[in-house]
Amino acid sequence: MGYLGKLFFMAMTAVFINNYVLSRFLGLCPYLGVSKKLDSAFGMGMAVIFVMTMASAFTYLIQTLFLIPYGLQYLQTIAFILTIAALVQFVEMVIQKNAPALYKSLGVYLPLITTNCAVLGVAILNTKATWADGAHYNFLDAVLNGFLSGIGFTLVLLLMAGIRERLEYADLPKSMKGMPIGLILAGCMALAFYGFMGFKI
Amino acid sequence: MNMIMISLLVAGNGSFQMSTITIPVMIVGGLGLIFGLVLAFASKVFHVEVDPRVEQIISILPGANCGACGMPGCGGYADAIVHNNADIDKCAPGGASTMAHIASIMGKEAIASQKKIAVYHCSSGGYNNTNWKYNYEGIESCKSAVNIADGPNSCRWGCMGFNDCLRACPFDAITVDEFGMRCVDKALCTGCGACVKACPRGIIILVPENRNVMVRCSSKDKGADARVLCGSGHSCIGCGLCVKKCPTQAITVSSSLARIDYLRCINCGQCATVCPTKAIEDQLSGKRKKALIIPDGCIGCTICAKNCPVKAITGEVKQVHVINQEICIGCGLCAEKCPKKTIKMV
Repeated sequence: MGYLGKLFFMAMTAVFINNYVLSRFLGLCPYLGVSKKLDSAFGMGMAVIFVMTMASAFTYLIQTLFLIPYGLQYLQTIAFILTIAALVQFVEMVIQKNAPALYKSLGVYLPLITTNCAVLGVAILNTKATWADGAHYNFLDAVLNGFLSGIGFTLVLLLMAGIRERLEYADLPKSMKGMPIGLILAGCMALAFYGFMGFKI
Repeated sequence: MNMIMISLLVAGNGSFQMSTITIPVMIVGGLGLIFGLVLAFASKVFHVEVDPRVEQIISILPGANCGACGMPGCGGYADAIVHNNADIDKCAPGGASTMAHIASIMGKEAIASQKKIAVYHCSSGGYNNTNWKYNYEGIESCKSAVNIADGPNSCRWGCMGFNDCLRACPFDAITVDEFGMRCVDKALCTGCGACVKACPRGIIILVPENRNVMVRCSSKDKGADARVLCGSGHSCIGCGLCVKKCPTQAITVSSSLARIDYLRCINCGQCATVCPTKAIEDQLSGKRKKALIIPDGCIGCTICAKNCPVKAITGEVKQVHVINQEICIGCGLCAEKCPKKTIKMV
């Protein structure tokens, strides 16, 4: 398997087979909270892709430069949360100053995902994930995996928002409106994505 | 990097137990310190002037980022209020107290404190004031009926009378009278807007409670068509007579339909007097009082004369003013503005 083949394998895994929302059940809060309107779902998705990519890169560096040399892997969670939170805050400040247009479309979503479990999940799973031959991810692999996981998250968020926009007009029993039907919907989508599990690449 | 050097030294010289605690503390603490310093530095370097009102509103909002307002979190809502003129009553968790706070920051007090009630902008939909296109025998719901040939009411803008609004009302404020028309109980209505959402025609509009003049029609058909299609005969034909008559320019006509800007309307009811189809309802008609200046208190400040929309008040400076009762429309603006409170509505 060449590098492109590996990349394809990674993309399929991150986007469909091990989708962060529907297979690992991480990041459910924005999945249900920001999926009421398609355009805000899109903004949120873009922000998640951005943060996941950045977080993958930085936490990989923290892991290899600080944690592994001193045998401190057990501090992974707290160190990563610290890193991600600081990173997102910093990035938010930078784009607010230097790219107001980008800040307008992304900025409001950034604080919402600072401590999101999907972002932390990507960072932690990057350090545990291995290729088929047992090799750990290198820096580029980790960043790519973060980016692709973000794409997977965005895809599912957009699907959900599209369905929920139409669901607004459905004649539902009062007790099922809003969150209950949203959760059932999430379950149905997770079942559909479960079908990808059998893929052999 | 200094941190690592120090922790290495400690690891080399200290006992084993000591270093197992010191190194992690050093590294995590060092990371936190570095990040903190970088952020503190960045907040100075990348400081952006934001409207202080945004910050103030964010500090008032509950901070739950629930999205009930339709914006992506509290920050988004605060931004929308300040920059996009969003309504200040969207925060459900914050409730009335939050709204009052935002109102004081934004200077929207008058509008915020005013209760709104639902008003039907259609005079059709009852038993004997509707031209039916066909006999609808499906599910008893406006949402269902509207899908069949634009609904059974000949007027495709008008009420179909299947009471979706009534069922949507959580406060039982909507009732059906003996003519099959829906009525809103002003005392029970809270202005929650549930009926507004339920109505597929959009004929229900929330109107400030103290407004008594409204256009009871939503037809955007051309005047001649609207007249024929409406069963009540009180359709707006978009003639524009009311626009000319309105002393405060509160009425606009677009797509053959007159709409009153309820923030500008002064309740004078002049528009209703000229409306050829009586599409404008004046709930105060006949009950309106005329203004009268009590001569003893008048100091001749001319404020009343300046505020009268119909120039019914005359008088020289420092002389007692007189109101021409023929011209006075009883809007009450003069009584409201009089510094001596010497104008009475009788």
